[in-house]
Amino acid sequence: MDVTLHVWRQKNAKAKGAMEVIEGKDISEHSSFLEMLDTVNETLLSKGQEPIAFDHDCREGICGACSLVINGEPHGPEYGTTTCQLHMRSFKNGQHIFIEPWRAKAFPVIRDLVVDREAFDRIQQAGGFVSVNVGSPQDANCLPIAKQDADKAFDAAVCIGCGACVAACKNASPMLFVAAKVSQLALLPQGQPERESRVLAMVDQMKKEGFGNCSNQYECEAACPKEISVEHIARMNREYLRASFLEEAPKAGHGGD
Amino acid sequence: MKLCDRVFGSPVGAKMLMALTGLMLTGFVLAHLSGNLLLYAGQEKFNAYAHGLQSLGLLLWLARGGLLTAFVLHLYLAIKLTIENKAARPVPYAHEATIQASLASRHMVHTGLLMFAFIVYHLAHFTFRVTSPEIEALTPGDAYAVVVLGFSNPVVSGFYILAMAALATHLRHGVSSAFQSFGLYHGNLNVVTDKLGPIVAGIVFVGFSSIPVSVLLGCIK
Ligand code: HEM
Ligand code: SF4
Ligand code: FES
Repeated sequence: MDVTLHVWRQKNAKAKGAMEVIEGKDISEHSSFLEMLDTVNETLLSKGQEPIAFDHDCREGICGACSLVINGEPHGPEYGTTTCQLHMRSFKNGQHIFIEPWRAKAFPVIRDLVVDREAFDRIQQAGGFVSVNVGSPQDANCLPIAKQDADKAFDAAVCIGCGACVAACKNASPMLFVAAKVSQLALLPQGQPERESRVLAMVDQMKKEGFGNCSNQYECEAACPKEISVEHIARMNREYLRASFLEEAPKAGHGGD
Repeated sequence: MKLCDRVFGSPVGAKMLMALTGLMLTGFVLAHLSGNLLLYAGQEKFNAYAHGLQSLGLLLWLARGGLLTAFVLHLYLAIKLTIENKAARPVPYAHEATIQASLASRHMVHTGLLMFAFIVYHLAHFTFRVTSPEIEALTPGDAYAVVVLGFSNPVVSGFYILAMAALATHLRHGVSSAFQSFGLYHGNLNVVTDKLGPIVAGIVFVGFSSIPVSVLLGCIK
């Protein structure tokens, strides 16, 4: 199949970018979206042109490296799918496909379709951890966890930190990501000692990074490749309210000394 | 101090305050509607009700103070959050798409600002009665006559109905959304809260709009 790509090209973080039209010829409909870009890049290279820069790593939907806003939808048109797991059979022969980077002030473009997602790392470092004392590990069965709690925590823990929630949100808000991290640990016994300081510190960091605010439109939930529910945002809101009353000064970031 | 900062300064706290003030205003709107529907009971009953309100004295001023505070906070946060949200995405998408966000949810600030314009006019019209010499000339206690005279003008009625459409659109998203802001999300609860926005919106739109329509049709005169 043939497709016409409209791709965001930008030399580096400082350069001014623009959309560029690139033809994709003889693409197998069984190839993944990233394989299609590989094919297009081969052609560009053979013509001595710069290949399109894009993020990828595992190519099996688990690492969170791939991104791309495809025709306005982060990770493309399929529900609950990462870009690397998206296939060209989801598109029509001759279709025009717009490919853009995640758009957010907190995710600056580094080159073409690659953005800097370190803001997520800093939010995670602010509180998305549990402190564990050194020594021999405890027997796993010593910590009983109710099945429904384990299941809910797992539903949140599947977040791969890709940032599609930010890209999809009309306000570039990372609430779904932050909520997934807060929720996962708030539901488990291991997360209890830092329960209050965690949510306060992570929300604080989210604000510092210059993301927008949630307005309950749920675009994030629809775009999330891991189908994380906005139920977790509600839980984070509750956790935040609770912590605001219980905790005086944020302690997170000190680790378990 | 810390608590204050967390309520006003954080994205989560600001949304809760937005939801709280929004629901306070919604409570007022529903109370206001039930009072207005007394127009259908006739001139005497309606004027007695309006007079009753005026004679509440301190209580009326407390209610007005509370409403004004809620209103100012709501407006302030709406503008602050909207500016922050716009700044969070400086480069727009060349190909915009919406997956599931409702139309109402995407136009909260527009419907809100239209209401703001309406509220200014509405107070000038019914509370201060300064919009036309005919209204100024009416007997001070006759609220019923002010309503009938005002809505006999199709332009006034049209603007009023348009503002009610904006209010209903705002509440369609807002009332349901407020529960999520408070963290109240649960499979069983959502069955109710998801419908509450549209139901309140429907009641508000039909209830308020029926009055100018009735005046124009001559059912209230
Ligand atoms: C002065 C004009 C107004 C403006 C500019 C305004 C603006 C807004 C905006 C932008 C939001 C969305 C906030 C967000 O999702 O981030 C909102 C929410 C809301 N508004 Fe208003 N509004 C106004 C008046 C009103 C009035 C008069 C009522 C009620 C009668 C009301 C009820 C609500 C409710 C219930 C919410 C939902 C809060 C939430 O999502 O948690 N608003 N308003
Ligand atoms: S919540 Fe979903 S969309 Fe957001 S970072 Fe995690 S996996 Fe990606
Ligand atoms: S490349 Fe790892 S999730 Fe797509």
